[in-house]
Amino acid sequence: MSAMERTSPLSPSGYAICFTGIVSREALRFLSQRGRFLSALVRPLVWLFIFAAGFRSVLGVSIIPPYETYVLYEVYVTPGLVAMIQLFNGLQSSLSMVYDREVGAMRILLVSPYPRWFLLVAKLIAGVLTSLLQVYAFLFIAYLWEVEAPLVGYLTLLPVLVVTGLMFGVMGLLLSSLFRQLENFASVMNFVIFPMFFASSALYPLWRIQESSPPLYEICRLNPFTYAVEAIRFALYARFDGTSLAVVIGVTAVFLILSLFVYNPSKGLIARRGAPAMAD
Amino acid sequence: MAQPALRIDDVSHAFGARTALDRVSLTVPAGSFTALLGLNGAGKTTLFSLVTRLHDSTSGTIQIFDFDVRREAPAALSRLGIVFQARTLDLDLSVRQSLLYHAALHGIGRRLAHERAAQVLKQFALADRIDDKVRNLSGGQMRRLEIARALLHDPALLLLDEPTVGLDVEARQGLIREVRRLVAEEGRGILWATHLLDEIEMSDRLVVLHKGRVLTQGSVQDVLAQTGTPDLQTAFLNLVNASGATTVGQEPAE
Repeated sequence: MSAMERTSPLSPSGYAICFTGIVSREALRFLSQRGRFLSALVRPLVWLFIFAAGFRSVLGVSIIPPYETYVLYEVYVTPGLVAMIQLFNGLQSSLSMVYDREVGAMRILLVSPYPRWFLLVAKLIAGVLTSLLQVYAFLFIAYLWEVEAPLVGYLTLLPVLVVTGLMFGVMGLLLSSLFRQLENFASVMNFVIFPMFFASSALYPLWRIQESSPPLYEICRLNPFTYAVEAIRFALYARFDGTSLAVVIGVTAVFLILSLFVYNPSKGLIARRGAPAMAD
Repeated sequence: MAQPALRIDDVSHAFGARTALDRVSLTVPAGSFTALLGLNGAGKTTLFSLVTRLHDSTSGTIQIFDFDVRREAPAALSRLGIVFQARTLDLDLSVRQSLLYHAALHGIGRRLAHERAAQVLKQFALADRIDDKVRNLSGGQMRRLEIARALLHDPALLLLDEPTVGLDVEARQGLIREVRRLVAEEGRGILWATHLLDEIEMSDRLVVLHKGRVLTQGSVQDVLAQTGTPDLQTAFLNLVNASGATTVGQEPAE
């Protein structure tokens, strides 16, 4: 294998090898951080077992699509908790990108001969795959807790989870480009996760929010998290919510374009501020 | 004339209003050891970032074996190995995992990657550490691992940005010896950024970079003859003092 004689490595199999390598590394990191997996599960389970159980008697939820009957609050809140898992995971992935930048591993990724968009998308998809594990582990436990969706719903949910996971991942990617140090980014997560989660339809139906606070209702309608929750809710019941899915896909596309722009070597923040972690 | 491993023509770069590199031109002949000598803040790391396309130059062209790094990035980057000044190892991975990950980033299949990993680890006396976590290696071993990793995809040009920083005398000498062997026995082109004069030998090619400008380049003998000085230290100081380069700024801090 002589570098001088070699042709371009960018064959389809080369792309597949590169993609597999990036996914494998993310998987290794994920497996080596068992605490991350546990906390990703414990967080929504606390909401499900304690918060939702406590509010069951207080909050009645009327018959709204996709539900065909009155549902318990645990049932209502589960799609929101699924979205919360993906939101945390998306931001966790971007946190690892900031970490990679700090330790320099990001530079090794970016000097690969493969196109930068491909490297970043591969990293995003790797993050989505880890979120799928977390989501299905959570849904399995929820199932044992009698939060049961139609079995086909667990299948129809899968493609939607990929799209919503990408949206949260790309959101994190964009955020990660804005911060050069881990400490700064960690604090930002709090300012993103909690407002997004609470100002959405994750905990209460929009009609109820509209009744109690019209301004909050408008905020919820502008919040992409709301649409991710609704897309997941419908998919879990083998229903299709075109509007929510369209919004999620649109937001993903816009954030992805912005992310690729800021990570472009000749444009965006990297061009203006220098490559990740420069020294001399 | 033989095809140069690296050719940089009239490259300038600025971070906002600050100029980091000002019309830099230099060549690294294939199979040569070229030292890029400059004080801290001279622009060495910025130059490396441009060559590796971590970001694009404001103007000028950079070619690796005649492949333009902007227009033909895949072909150019696949011929280039890089060891950055700051460590770029994932401490949570094992030595083997680090190398396999790097191989994947260059599209090298698993079987060949294992073979190459075994070769480069043997070459850098790390074969017995293959299953150790990177975090358990010494500083010198980590540096050797980074060079082994940079050679994994068999690049004909290797860039090393102050690779001996933080190493003890023995590790430093061993590293320099091994890199010089890559030139003598394997014919690789090396661009070695340093601010340490004792890392440069009389047979080397030399590029002096100061405040973002190339002050001179050629063989060490040529530079001594040009400055009329008996040793490299005096030659370097004379060049720096005579340059009067005041218009270009420092590189951004980390």
